[in-house]
Amino acid sequence: MSVTSTTAAPTHPQHHLAASSDLRTIGMVWRRELIRFVRTRTRILTSFVQPILFLFVLGYGMSSLVGTTGGFDFKKFVFPGIVAMTVVTTAIFSAISIVWDREFGFLREMLVAPVSRGALVIGKTLGGASVATVQGTIMLALAPLIGVHLTPLLVLEVIGLEMLMASALTAFGVFVASRIQRMEGFQVVMQLVLFPMIFLSGALFPLSGIPAWLAVITRINPLTYAVDPLRHVVFAAQNMPAAAVARFETGVTIFGYLVPLYLEIVIVLVFLVVFLSLAIVGFSKKD
Amino acid sequence: MIEQERSPLPPAAHEGAHAIEVDNLAKRYGEVEAVKGVSFTVEHGEVFAFLGPNGAGKTTTIRMLCTLTQPTGGRASIDGYDVSTRARDVRQRIGLVFQEQTLDQQLTAEENLRFHAVLYGVPKSEVDARIDRALRMVQLIDRRSDLVSTFSGGMARRLEIARGMLHTPAVLFLDEPTIGLDPQTRALMWEDVLRLRREEGVTIFLTTHYMEEAEYADRIAIIDQGKIVALDTSGALKRTIGADTVELATGNDDLAAKNLEAAGFNIKRGDDEVVAFVENGEAQVASIIAAAGTPIRTVKVHRPTLEDVFLHYTGRQIREGQGGGPTPPHFMHFARRR
Ligand SMILES: Nc1ncnc2c1ncn2[C@@H]1O[C@H](COP(=O)(O)OP(=O)(O)OP(=O)(O)O)[C@@H](O)[C@H]1O
Ligand SMILES: [Mg+2]
Repeated sequence: MSVTSTTAAPTHPQHHLAASSDLRTIGMVWRRELIRFVRTRTRILTSFVQPILFLFVLGYGMSSLVGTTGGFDFKKFVFPGIVAMTVVTTAIFSAISIVWDREFGFLREMLVAPVSRGALVIGKTLGGASVATVQGTIMLALAPLIGVHLTPLLVLEVIGLEMLMASALTAFGVFVASRIQRMEGFQVVMQLVLFPMIFLSGALFPLSGIPAWLAVITRINPLTYAVDPLRHVVFAAQNMPAAAVARFETGVTIFGYLVPLYLEIVIVLVFLVVFLSLAIVGFSKKD
Repeated sequence: MIEQERSPLPPAAHEGAHAIEVDNLAKRYGEVEAVKGVSFTVEHGEVFAFLGPNGAGKTTTIRMLCTLTQPTGGRASIDGYDVSTRARDVRQRIGLVFQEQTLDQQLTAEENLRFHAVLYGVPKSEVDARIDRALRMVQLIDRRSDLVSTFSGGMARRLEIARGMLHTPAVLFLDEPTIGLDPQTRALMWEDVLRLRREEGVTIFLTTHYMEEAEYADRIAIIDQGKIVALDTSGALKRTIGADTVELATGNDDLAAKNLEAAGFNIKRGDDEVVAFVENGEAQVASIIAAAGTPIRTVKVHRPTLEDVFLHYTGRQIREGQGGGPTPPHFMHFARRR
């Protein structure tokens, strides 16, 4: 139906302030996410359980199978994937809270306010993304245990990529939340979308030498293009012998074409913009 | 960011615009006609009440006036701004206390208000003072740093009312504002609401199914099944149905109703009584009893109440939902027999 918050007559004094009031709104919605995050300590802790379990079970389990090439083993390979997994799950779960807001009514308080839906959605996305980035970065503390070297530059690169990945996934989650009225619906979507997306993104296994059908799915999965750059920068900072580089390949190839890093980032950015826009449209609907 | 004082709201869309103008407004949800074409006008500074039973269409009307629901017929405007085409202008000048709770349970009372202040563009320099005043008004100043999840239902309600007033809207919508409040808090809330009207000229639109609450309003619209069946001041509404109300509890209400109707009385069937609307109750009791033609158990004669008005116009009674509130003797009489 009609898209609300269309701009009114330009004579309106408040409209000179629209940009600054939108910024203030974005800041407030973002702050609320952080406040809620800090207050739910159990959520912080439990959101580490799954990735750590994966890291150790999968990492150690597969390492014995895959073996060590030039001092590089599967644990080190999977580590960036586990960081990505932490970021993605946290981002999606932050976005879920909108469905809670809907059930507990707070969403109405936001939607009736004279602010643009864009500011609300962007604030929410930034908030969820920040929380997810923090969680992912905390995971880096396990790096020494795995034998992955961290440099200040690497940490900065990782944070940047986490922020991008987290924003894209939160925007996606916010869009899903805009279409879903009840909590149960979200659980279903997550089981059917989130977990397949993670498992088929190359986070947990190399993308080369897999069956063709699987290769096609992984190349369609946008998350693939968010995970690969993360692994790329982590590997680039390690002193990997040529044999290890060949054994644990990075980079996504499509019909033999190696998608360059910048293009991967562009793909994730496009994903972000598309779902941000869809989310804004989704919340502009009236019944 | 540059800090600018929020300038006073720009004037109404056009000269002589009413606070609320509603013309044949309708809402259909599939098969359900929630609101079937209502029309009314609310003046600036007026307290206007929608009185109606569950499912009458009160909330649906409010949602349309607050731009949350798209009308399927007719039109409505706030200060001359159409709710469908000028949603943002409308939102800028309204406050809304929802029927359901809409607080963030994981934030403190103060944080909830701060969030609201930002959403409504309250100037930064004024935010603290306004929050203080709002919390004092609803007597929650000592609980300002407590999470809302630790509040009782009544406290949360008070906080929501304080929040609705925080940005001093031009029109304040209150959807069943006092549900779950004890009598003292209700009275306090009304003091606040009426002060807001007096001092800031705020227009108030409220819905309720409490008769005594509707009495606070300058004018009352009785709404039933999506239609306004009567609209006037409380006094005028009562006058239209006659000077007195005679209530009979009989052994056979059907028979009594039939006989009285045949005898030319203006009567309505309540759930377990027959009510006659007459000019001089005391004088006519004897002839009413004689005309009823069935044994009478009790007779009550009183001035019409809004409950009687409602019964008169809809043929049904609004029952007090939740308890609480100063219950007039009239209600106690009903309550006892339930
Ligand atoms: N979103 C919706 N979808 C379908 N039907 C709806 C919707 N909202 C309201 N209705 C229907 O519209 C009618 C009016 O509902 P509304 O909530 O406006 O009543 P109300 O007067 O506020 O009642 P109450 O006193 O119980 O709050 C009801 O029959 C209700 O079932
Ligand atoms: Mg209602």
